[in-house]
Amino acid sequence: MSDAVVVARGVGKVFGTDTDRVEALRGIDLQIARGEFISLIGPSGCGKSTLLRLIGDLLQPSAGELVVNGKPPRQARLDRDYGIVFQQPTLLDWRTVRANVELPLEIMGVAREERAARAEEMLALVQLAEFADHHPWQLSGGMQQRVAIARALGFRPALLLMDEPFGALDEMTRELMQQELLRIWTETETTVVFVTHSIPEAVFLSTRVVVMSPRPGRISAVIDVPLAHPRDVETRESDDYYRLITEVREALRRGETGEGRR
Amino acid sequence: MTPRDPTERDVELLESHETDIFAGFEGDIPGEPGRLETWIRAYGPAAAAFVVVLALWEILTRALDIETFLLPKPSEILDRFITNAPIIWGHGFRTLVEALGGFVIGGTLAVAMAFATVRWAAIREGLLPFAIAANTMPIIALAPIANNWFNVTSPLSKMAVVSVIVFFPVMINTTRGLFEVDPGELDLLRSMAATPREVLRHVRIPNALPYFFSALKVASTLSIIGAIVAEYFGGPQDVLGQYILNRANLFQFPDAWAAILVASILGIAFYVLIVLVERLAMPWHVSLRATEGG
Amino acid sequence: MTDASADVVATTSRWSPRVRRIMGFLGVLVVVVVIWELYKVVGKALGGVVPGTELRLRPPPDDRIMPHTWDVVLQLFRPVRRNGELTVLLLGKAALFTLREAFVGFVVGGLVGFGLGVAFVRSTLAERAFMPYVVASQTVPIIAIAPMVVVWGGKLDIPQWLSVAIIAAYLTFFPVTINTVRGLRSPAPTAMEMMRSYAASPSQVLWKLQVPAALPYIFTALKVSATASVIGAIVGELPAGFRDGLARALLEFSQQFNAEKLLAAILMSAIAGILFVGIVTWFEHRLVAAAHRQE
Repeated sequence: MSDAVVVARGVGKVFGTDTDRVEALRGIDLQIARGEFISLIGPSGCGKSTLLRLIGDLLQPSAGELVVNGKPPRQARLDRDYGIVFQQPTLLDWRTVRANVELPLEIMGVAREERAARAEEMLALVQLAEFADHHPWQLSGGMQQRVAIARALGFRPALLLMDEPFGALDEMTRELMQQELLRIWTETETTVVFVTHSIPEAVFLSTRVVVMSPRPGRISAVIDVPLAHPRDVETRESDDYYRLITEVREALRRGETGEGRR
Repeated sequence: MTPRDPTERDVELLESHETDIFAGFEGDIPGEPGRLETWIRAYGPAAAAFVVVLALWEILTRALDIETFLLPKPSEILDRFITNAPIIWGHGFRTLVEALGGFVIGGTLAVAMAFATVRWAAIREGLLPFAIAANTMPIIALAPIANNWFNVTSPLSKMAVVSVIVFFPVMINTTRGLFEVDPGELDLLRSMAATPREVLRHVRIPNALPYFFSALKVASTLSIIGAIVAEYFGGPQDVLGQYILNRANLFQFPDAWAAILVASILGIAFYVLIVLVERLAMPWHVSLRATEGG
Repeated sequence: MTDASADVVATTSRWSPRVRRIMGFLGVLVVVVVIWELYKVVGKALGGVVPGTELRLRPPPDDRIMPHTWDVVLQLFRPVRRNGELTVLLLGKAALFTLREAFVGFVVGGLVGFGLGVAFVRSTLAERAFMPYVVASQTVPIIAIAPMVVVWGGKLDIPQWLSVAIIAAYLTFFPVTINTVRGLRSPAPTAMEMMRSYAASPSQVLWKLQVPAALPYIFTALKVSATASVIGAIVGELPAGFRDGLARALLEFSQQFNAEKLLAAILMSAIAGILFVGIVTWFEHRLVAAAHRQE
């Protein structure tokens, strides 16, 4: 399927030596279509962060086939087909906000004017244009994450990988950031793979929720989230929203106790 | 401690690294002892290589017939080390006395001042910046005036210089240790209506111990070196510093190196002594360090 | 400072931390001068002996051996000898001489240390092979043997100032290597992952992430090495034959039994040391300013 941004077939990952093996992932089959917003949710040890890193070629699979944007993950990384955002914003303290957003473009060798223009554009997108000349420590946690997102989107990747990006934020900021993220997703038409611990967050953000379970890490359920866009405060209070949350919760529970697969 | 879950955190591209052997530099990482296996792994191959270098040195200096004053042979140094043993160890003892005396005086004063800063915040505000600035001056320049004041023939003149050398790092580090306490612990004790004295005993002092020992380790080496260098500025002849200087001026380098070997051994022994005392004083700290993760 | 009483001081004081530090420094200086003069007054009143004993007070409070603090400062502005230049000028030149040697060594040692640090981080093999020697090099008490090294160098026809500079370099390279390694490895794992996700080349990772992260660590080492270099330079100048430099001034004034000149020389030495570190700190503020979020 040419419209699939990520195709995983039988992907597995094993850590450690012969005597001390940990099977982080087994038999992952997943297809992510362009423009989707996928959440990976599951308890500790289910391999969701590992899967994210496999897609990003930060780790290599031990088994199976993985195609990212029609190429092997390594090529996708070298071609800079994705941007990544971690739980910690990982901004460089010695650079201004603008310089931080420009960093990947610098590494790619983009010319100075274009870099500056792109950075302006991204900062406007995340609504932090006035803070371009500030330093990271002058910004709140939520603002820093927005800078990280701006940075990740700077070179207009097809794919955005996010590893619990709002995990370190308080609840209110989290909800605001989720709203922001959906707006950015709509405006840029990127495909998002989002790792989270939070069921409401997964349901609110995603078009599909991939439920994973541990030991070994595998996909235990994939749940469609047909909630209408644009999603907002009202969505959070709708019956469908609560129904879906319950559905995900039960899928998680089943996954934990080993009932049923995928 | 639960082991880190590799599926959540490990990234293979990062090599694990051990930097434990670089213990306590400038009190940055207070009280970090080298772990035994790291030690062996790090020094084992080097120790073997050291022996090889020594052998090569000996062979080359013999084969190329290099003049003694250019590069003495290890065997010559060893010979002098054994022949001169009574003299250089005797001198070494006197130097050690100067070093120890200064260490004790400087260290005690430093701890006393550190405690004073706990009691009176004003002292801390003033003394800490002064100490940090004063520590950047070449303290050894005080040696000649110490000789004048405390009688150049008395070991006290050298002890005076050593005690100033020792005072600053110990005071700075101990003060840091007494103050850079987790605010959570302070709040906890306050909620128990603890007196400042109790806070001192239960929170500040245990917190300060690693910083204190880290500074002591630095000070132990500094005191031997300080004593020797102070001796260079004049005094009785039967001390290591004067001996080294005299031999060097006469170009009798193997003798000088033998004496330096004694100084090194004394320095290492003193350092090891502090490490042992540290382990006795803080057994909990050492065992904490032995577990992975944290 | 995490102590609450420190917080109280911080929030109620109307002066900035910087000003408070300078005032604190001056305050202690004033206290030292007061104690000095008080000691002299009391000591003289006691007749120069410990009360009730025959023990002479050490240091002796009389003016020849323990001059008044203001006399020491005044000495700076008097000629060194009859028809000689001003003391402060002589000492200034001596200080510059010593500082130059120290500085050359310091810079070379710093560069070598940095290079070694980068090499060790790039190649674990190099680190395993050579780090133990780097550490072992410090068991040689180079400051203690500085005069010997200079004499030895003289025999090898190495100019004296170069021997001293080598000593300064030796003292500098070790702390800089250690802290460079620490600093280069300090970025969080996610920062390294991020660079990898940008397909950054190893040298891009080095210069855009690791080196800027390492700068605070490197400067910590440099500040310590700066002091050590000055000390090493002074001690290295001790053997006979050095005409210039602070060690010569110290020895000469000491032999003349002129306490005022000697203390003036010590004062200039202290200023030289503090100045050197001050310059390094100034550079630190320029280069690492952005990362200084505290104070």
